[in-house]
Amino acid sequence: MNPTASSEPAAAAGLGADEVGASEMDVSCRLPLLVLLTSAAAWLVIASGFALISSLKFHSPDFLAGPAWLTYGRVHPAASSAFLYGFCLQSGLGVSLWLLARLGRTGLAEGWLVTVGAMFWNVGVTVGVLGVLAGERTGFEALELPGYATPMVFVGYLLIGVGGALTFHQRREPRLYVSQWFLFAALFWFPWIYSTAQLLLVTFPVRGVMQSVVAWWYADNLRFVWLWLAGLGAVFYLVPKLTRRELQNRNLALFAFWLILLFGSWGGIPNSAPVPAWMPALSAVGTVLTTVALLAVGLSVWKTAPPGSPAGPVTKWPFGVRRQSDLSAVASAKAEAATALSAARGVQEAKRCPSQSGVAPARRSAPARRRAPLATALQSGARENLPLRFVRFGVLAFLVAGFMRVLGSSLPVSNVTDLTWFGPATDQLNAYGFFAMVVFGAAYGILPQLMGLEFPWPRLARAHFWLASLGVVLLAAPLAIAGVLEGLELRSPDNAFMDVVKATLPCLRLSTMGDLLMALGHVAFLANLAGLAARFYLARAASVFSSLTLDLYKQTGAKP
Amino acid sequence: MNYGPLLFLAAFFALAGSWFGFVLTPQAQIGQLQPTNMLGAPTLYPQARPGLARQGLGVYRANGCADCHTQQLRQRGTLCDVVLSDTGTNIPAVITALLKVKPGLSGPAARQWLSVLPRPVLQGLTPAEADAAVRVLNGAGAKATVSIVPVGPDLARGWGKRRTVARDFLFDYPVALGSQRIGPDLANVGARQPDAGWHLRHLYAPRLEVKVSAMPPHRFLFEKRKIERSPSPDAMVLPRDLAPPPGYEIVPKPEAGALVAYLLSLRADAPLFEAPLTVIPAPGAAGATNAPAASGATSTNAAPTKAPAK
Repeated sequence: MNPTASSEPAAAAGLGADEVGASEMDVSCRLPLLVLLTSAAAWLVIASGFALISSLKFHSPDFLAGPAWLTYGRVHPAASSAFLYGFCLQSGLGVSLWLLARLGRTGLAEGWLVTVGAMFWNVGVTVGVLGVLAGERTGFEALELPGYATPMVFVGYLLIGVGGALTFHQRREPRLYVSQWFLFAALFWFPWIYSTAQLLLVTFPVRGVMQSVVAWWYADNLRFVWLWLAGLGAVFYLVPKLTRRELQNRNLALFAFWLILLFGSWGGIPNSAPVPAWMPALSAVGTVLTTVALLAVGLSVWKTAPPGSPAGPVTKWPFGVRRQSDLSAVASAKAEAATALSAARGVQEAKRCPSQSGVAPARRSAPARRRAPLATALQSGARENLPLRFVRFGVLAFLVAGFMRVLGSSLPVSNVTDLTWFGPATDQLNAYGFFAMVVFGAAYGILPQLMGLEFPWPRLARAHFWLASLGVVLLAAPLAIAGVLEGLELRSPDNAFMDVVKATLPCLRLSTMGDLLMALGHVAFLANLAGLAARFYLARAASVFSSLTLDLYKQTGAKP
Repeated sequence: MNYGPLLFLAAFFALAGSWFGFVLTPQAQIGQLQPTNMLGAPTLYPQARPGLARQGLGVYRANGCADCHTQQLRQRGTLCDVVLSDTGTNIPAVITALLKVKPGLSGPAARQWLSVLPRPVLQGLTPAEADAAVRVLNGAGAKATVSIVPVGPDLARGWGKRRTVARDFLFDYPVALGSQRIGPDLANVGARQPDAGWHLRHLYAPRLEVKVSAMPPHRFLFEKRKIERSPSPDAMVLPRDLAPPPGYEIVPKPEAGALVAYLLSLRADAPLFEAPLTVIPAPGAAGATNAPAASGATSTNAAPTKAPAK
């Protein structure tokens, strides 16, 4: 670490605000990212609505049982498709594109292409989810969108992906940061698995159980490998950035990267599967070997940012200042930050705990460039550590879900947990607890800086954190417990099956509470995002309008 | 310092490995699976489901039955039983042999025991033990055979006779293995519950047939219509609280009929090389007509409509 860096006063350290080209980058990313993230948030709300309906059916099977499209077997896949394709992939792409641009010190290449791609994607997912509700689901888990929705989804992905690849290609920073490895692999892996699954399952279906093998391979690679690559790419950027400490260490992170690629992708075939035994065995070996990757990620994040540690002194992260213009940009930012700091200190210091006082004023400086320092200081109080809190929770959930996946694939445990609620619990914990939380953190961190505006309701954002984290725990824990109980009971044929199912119902009903809390949190997230977008475009429209009418006034004022 | 192409290549090969391992290789192995002879019978297994059942699989898929029901049975292992089917002519020798392999049986009791045949002499043996016992009995002129019995909690629960194997799903699209047991396994539901009326009533109002069922009713598969001249023979017979108003009747839509045909076609209990199993006739009831369907030639995967396959 640069020894002079530690002696400098805290400089601009919003997400990426210390690097050059921030404004150029922000402008190029603004619309595509806003479209991707806002529509992802909208899908998230839709998905949690469907999830809530399907969860309520465990309270009363007659609930909304009338119309065909509201039956459990349609609402449930609609929820998971809307969540996976509408939220996970879309928001993951949005965050990835931003990171690729930021880490490459360049603007987003062909932003319009990405926006068009996002539209294709959203139309495709809409058509697909409506198709699922109409009874056109494919019957393959995680690939439920009917065949006719696929071309649109795929074209959408390609357009967005091309934007990402071009951004990567035109980067001005030749050195690669760890995140870029993860994100680039994710960008490239999805079209491969998606086209394989689509071709072999829907277009030219393979024979018999081979369908299930392809479907398991696809589902596992999407729900774990892709989400891990995209999510960890963001984690390895956000954790050092938000704590202003150097990544500990690069090699550990890259080690995790290669392990996930090499072994994580060999998973998903359950031990109960009616296939030749080498497949589940190989799948179990691959999955168990990801333990090392889990440990590497955990260790890396822990060493980078031990919980409760003060913020570090790294200001020019991940790469040093390179050009003279950078230096001047940083210097001017520093000056502004100092103003904001001195103005804010009197108000804020008393409230703050000592560990945060070092972090807070510094991070306030990014928006401070655009807004009155004091107001910013007061408002952004909620924001400083919020993204970090989301990311920390995400990493924790990543570890727990990863270990649950390892356990569920190894033989003595899988005899109990296969075909129970344990599998869905692992999926949900990984997708909601890890991936969605990291995306929330990234969105709360990126968007204010990107738009030059604070989120309109910071309290709602804080409430979102509590709703989301409590919700995830209340969703995943009862399901996992229900799964283990069910599996243990079913080992003995003396326990009547219906009694065992009945015994798991209280757990399922408890998990509805988790669904409800998460749904509320997602509404808060969408409200904040939509509010931010509305604020930005209203302000812009107002300024455009006033500048236009100013001319008008001048002209008309001059004539009469 | 441009790692781009290198990174791309390395990632490509790492991920290509998993594609080769879990897509290409399985396709070369089980993607080419063919129907085969059942054990001890010259019948091909499996045979394609009849058309109505195939439509029913579409209904099964569309309404997500596989979200709550699996079609995969697990098996903990295989045990052997020794079954004596004929004493031959030398009864005293057989009794001596019987006393030797089945301790705890006295002479007169053994004679009594032999009066009802065929019946299992010993149960739950390893193949070697069973072979030894068979050798002793056959040496005395009796006719004893080893019968293979798959065991495991799924099978003990009465869900099936053997584990599910890849071949059971050869002609299905999509293969509805399912991943979760919110409801009971359906791999053999056609054999377990061959009554179409039961299935229709269960689809219409699950708690009518299973008191504690958590299954949502599927009334959208039925229609309420006015009785025109005479009631339809397909009309549902329902208790008073569910019955339609007078002058109306509830009849299954074609989808319901197809779904039930599919459910009735679910029967994966044919003895196969990869999942061997011997059917033991019930004691003294060798020729009973209502014996479990797995007896020899009739145990196919086809629907009980007996429609010609293919």
